[in-house]
Amino acid sequence: MSILVFVENAEGAIKKTSLEAVSYAAALAENLGESEVVALSIGTEVSEGTLASLGKQGATKVLNVAKEELNQGVTQAYASVIAQAIESTNAQHIVLAKSSLGDPVAARVAIKVNAALASNVVDLPDLSDGFKVKRSIYTGKAFAWMTLNSDRKIIAIKKNAIEVKESGNDAPVEAFDASIDEADFSAKITHTDKAEGDVLLPEADIVVSGGRGMKGPENWGMLEDLAKTLGAATGCSKPVSDMNWRPHHEHVGQTGVKVSPTLYIAVGISGAIQHLAGVNSSKYIVVINQDPEAPFFKAADYGIVGDAFEIVPKLTEAIKAS
Amino acid sequence: MKILVCITHVPDTTSKIAFTDDNTKFDTNGVQYIIGPYDDYALARAVEIKEQQGGSVTLLNVGTAETEPTIRKGLAIGADDAIRINAEPTDSFFVAEQIAAIVKEGNYDLVLMGRESIDYNGGQVHGMVGEMVGLPSISPVMQLDIEGDTAKLAREIEGGKESLEVKLPLIAGCQEPIAEWKIPNMRGIMTARKKPLEVREPSSSNSKTSTFKYELPPPKGEVKMIDPEQVEELVRALKSDIKVL
Repeated sequence: MSILVFVENAEGAIKKTSLEAVSYAAALAENLGESEVVALSIGTEVSEGTLASLGKQGATKVLNVAKEELNQGVTQAYASVIAQAIESTNAQHIVLAKSSLGDPVAARVAIKVNAALASNVVDLPDLSDGFKVKRSIYTGKAFAWMTLNSDRKIIAIKKNAIEVKESGNDAPVEAFDASIDEADFSAKITHTDKAEGDVLLPEADIVVSGGRGMKGPENWGMLEDLAKTLGAATGCSKPVSDMNWRPHHEHVGQTGVKVSPTLYIAVGISGAIQHLAGVNSSKYIVVINQDPEAPFFKAADYGIVGDAFEIVPKLTEAIKAS
Repeated sequence: MKILVCITHVPDTTSKIAFTDDNTKFDTNGVQYIIGPYDDYALARAVEIKEQQGGSVTLLNVGTAETEPTIRKGLAIGADDAIRINAEPTDSFFVAEQIAAIVKEGNYDLVLMGRESIDYNGGQVHGMVGEMVGLPSISPVMQLDIEGDTAKLAREIEGGKESLEVKLPLIAGCQEPIAEWKIPNMRGIMTARKKPLEVREPSSSNSKTSTFKYELPPPKGEVKMIDPEQVEELVRALKSDIKVL
């Protein structure tokens, strides 16, 4: 039996979250005593060389469904292809990254192959008595331990919870000829608007976020300079996206994007509990705010009380000089 | 337009999260319950679509009698009637089976719900229901317009958005900014008391997972304050102490 891991791609590369998923699958295989970790790639936008390099994360084989009609992530069609790969490889454990595509696809696959599904998983399972996983709940404010009671198990892992393994050799890439049902394309993707060239917020290792304290959209240049210097993504608080200072997809918080970067830098954000809920999985938090009573300081590792318009450019220069 | 809106009954977003009984039960002490914020967006858009095109909005909740105040709030916001499946939700699969049973018999044009609940954050139920009843499911939906028998939607993708078209009927997991939240007015609150709320027993009792223990993250250490005149000290700490640069 094998472990199947679904990998997502963007701009011709495998997404970091999927590299985490493959690394997780490889570690899971070791713990379960399984020898095969089969990565499944869908679409034609990733080169065979890039797919083969998934061996470094522990894939022993890569199945490639190279069909152009699958270059866009149509939920039903992807679920159908993944279910076929599960049957073909007789996989009992399926791993993927929790994402805007991973969530709806995993849910449909779970029903198709009669699997138990655990989402937002943050660690390898406890196999001492059954199959128990630890998952993030209450928007990162707690964890739940859950037993998966079906033979087949799907694990959707939380972003940045698993370290990417970087060793091993290239894996062989094989074509996988999944059958495509026209009915699976009932939802037609008509247009995609994507922020080009930016670091994707949900996957970023460093995030620089601004709040109302930035006073207006015209002042975002200095946050973008800081983000560019750090190779970071930019985010914002809910009031900022509500006022259309920044696009909605940058809104970090309970009802926006939840991030779990290594470093989260919050500038001019007071730290409402709903915002904290979106960032409390960050490893380290830096808060810059004029108000020494801002609640965000209580959640921060490092804090600076002062005028963001003076501090942020100085910080950018100090990072460049270091 | 016949719309079903599935709502969750969840702790208020500002609730302190704690557990009792040796970390096996959620501590409800002092916790206010609300309609799940994502479900609130779904309901608000459903009410708008009904106002524009006519039809009806039915609320559906899987929960014990304790959830009825939350359901009444949904009725006050503008839903016409409600169904409560009288059961403690055990996992996503169980909830999806209850919803699927109602969807199958109801002939709904649209089934809306939040992209995920804010307690368990699974984001699974809409996709499971879609697969169980054989309908397309789209999530997370941030824009939804109905033109004849076609839904025009935008869904969030990492770092952007994707526009889609799909024929009704359809299941959607919703999020902002699909609509402005609606606050019930006095008339809504008064009429909600008289709107029909049907209680049904669950159609199945299948679960595939069971949660047996909870944990809180380790407490955060003290914040280290940096002099605003000494930002180099922060850079040094990020580089040397925690090695993130």
